[in-house]
Amino acid sequence: MSPKTLYDKIWDAHVAHESEDGTCLLYIDRHLVHEVTSPQAFEGLRMAGRKVRAPEKTIAVPDHNVPTTIDRANASTMTEESRIQVEALDKNAKDFGIHYYPVSDVRQGIVHIVGPEQGWTLPGMTVVCGDSHTATHGAFGSLAHGIGTSEVEHVLATQTLIQKKSKNMKVEITGKLRPGVTAKDITLSVIGATGTAGGTGYVIEYCGEAIRDLSMEGRMTVCNMAIEGGARAGLIAPDEKTFEYVKGRPHAPKGAAWEAAMAYWQTLFTDEGAHFDKVITIKGEDIAPVVTWGTSPEDVLPITATVPAPESFKGGKVEAAQRSLDYMGLTAGQKLTDIEIDTVFIGSCTNGRIEDLRAAAEILKGKKIKVKRAMVVPGSGLVRAQAEEEGLADIFKEAGFEWRLAGCSMCLAMNPDQLSEGERCASTSNRNFEGRQGYKGRTHLVSPAMAAAAAITGHLTDVREMM
Amino acid sequence: MEKFTKISGVAAPLPLVNIDTDMIIPKQFLKTIKRSGLGVNLFDEMRFDRQGNEIADFVLNKPAYRQAQILVAGDNFGCGSSREHAPWALADFGIKAIISTSFADIFYSNCFKNGMLPIVLPQEAVDVLMKDAEKGSNARIEVDLESQTVTSSDGQSFKFDVDAFKKHCLLNGLDDIGLTMEKAKSIDSFEAKAAMERPWV
Repeated sequence: MSPKTLYDKIWDAHVAHESEDGTCLLYIDRHLVHEVTSPQAFEGLRMAGRKVRAPEKTIAVPDHNVPTTIDRANASTMTEESRIQVEALDKNAKDFGIHYYPVSDVRQGIVHIVGPEQGWTLPGMTVVCGDSHTATHGAFGSLAHGIGTSEVEHVLATQTLIQKKSKNMKVEITGKLRPGVTAKDITLSVIGATGTAGGTGYVIEYCGEAIRDLSMEGRMTVCNMAIEGGARAGLIAPDEKTFEYVKGRPHAPKGAAWEAAMAYWQTLFTDEGAHFDKVITIKGEDIAPVVTWGTSPEDVLPITATVPAPESFKGGKVEAAQRSLDYMGLTAGQKLTDIEIDTVFIGSCTNGRIEDLRAAAEILKGKKIKVKRAMVVPGSGLVRAQAEEEGLADIFKEAGFEWRLAGCSMCLAMNPDQLSEGERCASTSNRNFEGRQGYKGRTHLVSPAMAAAAAITGHLTDVREMM
Repeated sequence: MEKFTKISGVAAPLPLVNIDTDMIIPKQFLKTIKRSGLGVNLFDEMRFDRQGNEIADFVLNKPAYRQAQILVAGDNFGCGSSREHAPWALADFGIKAIISTSFADIFYSNCFKNGMLPIVLPQEAVDVLMKDAEKGSNARIEVDLESQTVTSSDGQSFKFDVDAFKKHCLLNGLDDIGLTMEKAKSIDSFEAKAAMERPWV
């Protein structure tokens, strides 16, 4: 048998039907659902008189729209339209008999944080959700990617997706990371190197010593942003850290089923000599704490750099870079560390897990913020509870941060958490697009530690100077 | 789903690279529970100011392009969020085909589910069509799915690739779910086998 990549193995194990032209029906093990991209899909099922084929494999949680303020139980904190969307999910979950974590449940949170936390995400699975950051779940060695609403309806009705196989790409991060460098810096640096279309048509397997050394939280951060590099999915082979994380979670297998699962999971790695269509290698020691300066996640530079000149780019990127600088209110040649920050946002499916909050709190301990506002939005109710138990919430509050309830919040600003015109934010989220965090808002993507550093000094800051 | 066979129409040039789905349809319009009516909000923040007035120099506000059926766009069109509201808004506005050097993966497949054809062509071909589109309403570009060709107003033809199954569905306006349900037996037997091999799933 010819050697296979991890992606090949998971793909092969899920092909339910293959047509002569190579079009496959890929069986889906877990379907995660949220309130924004699902109402039209459920409506489609109703109109056609169809059922959810596998409700026991379908998990719903509201996250995009929900307010994160303490008073959110009060219905008036939500706009009418948002409330209708959340109520539609309540009703659809009940009518179709799928697993559901309502806003009032302590386990509610961002769908990509709740899935792994509850043990729904397991190695070797196929996982989809009507959300591009589904790539997060690839950290467990599962094939996970975002889909559109028509595909959500297709998966609800048939538990499969019509797919053609992507190509294999390997991203290897060799050696050790330097102090102050995190998973966020790895994933942004990879996008900086490949561009936002560099992964188009591929599934990426991240590997190498620096990836192995990451915690599960860090690996989720890396895979989360595979989509920002254009890839269909990002994967990391499961290992002892993965199994340790999964063990004992509410929906993880137990007893004999655990033993059987472990035997299978230990076969989930890329075989020696397997073929990759594209290989990128980056030395871990070459990665610095990074920040984005523009309006595309590929606009990444080390914090020690200066704002680039548009003419230093090629082709269509020259115009795009000029547009970015105009939008961001920056001048070529300006030092990144001179950029003043109004607001700091810590949270999102990229960096809303316990380890992210620990990293930020470590920098903030005993300090006060200089920015106008700063907020921490834990990725789930359980992350929030744990952070309170560990004393992190007190550190944030004493520093001047708002301590919020779980949700997507200012990552996409669908709820009231938005930037105002011209407001500049150091954000641990995943997209710096125009208007992403609010109309004419300006976003600089950073790691949680870098966000904390900016909160203290009031400008973009090299976190290594504070360690 | 509406069929797509052949169109001939005005093409609007949008040379900016990395046009993301947040630009195509900003998040405040995702709070709908319907698929229809999003065309008025297409490219909202580029098309309108805060008071809702049209921004005159945005391409789709120019008289020549108000009825555009085709977009010729910069590289990596449709990147970012998986929101199908992006193709819904484009289709509702009247766009039927988009031409670029590359598309983001999820956006690309979302187009086909909505009777819209995304066309990938090499840079040189997109450059020719971009110039053609800039001529305004006098230049009509033709897209023929059956023969997989795009023809500029002055008769230059470019062949494009499209997946055979996706082409078949688009030409005939076929519903994916109905087609998949015809293969229910394969799904049943896969499920039975998987339940034996990976009972913990």
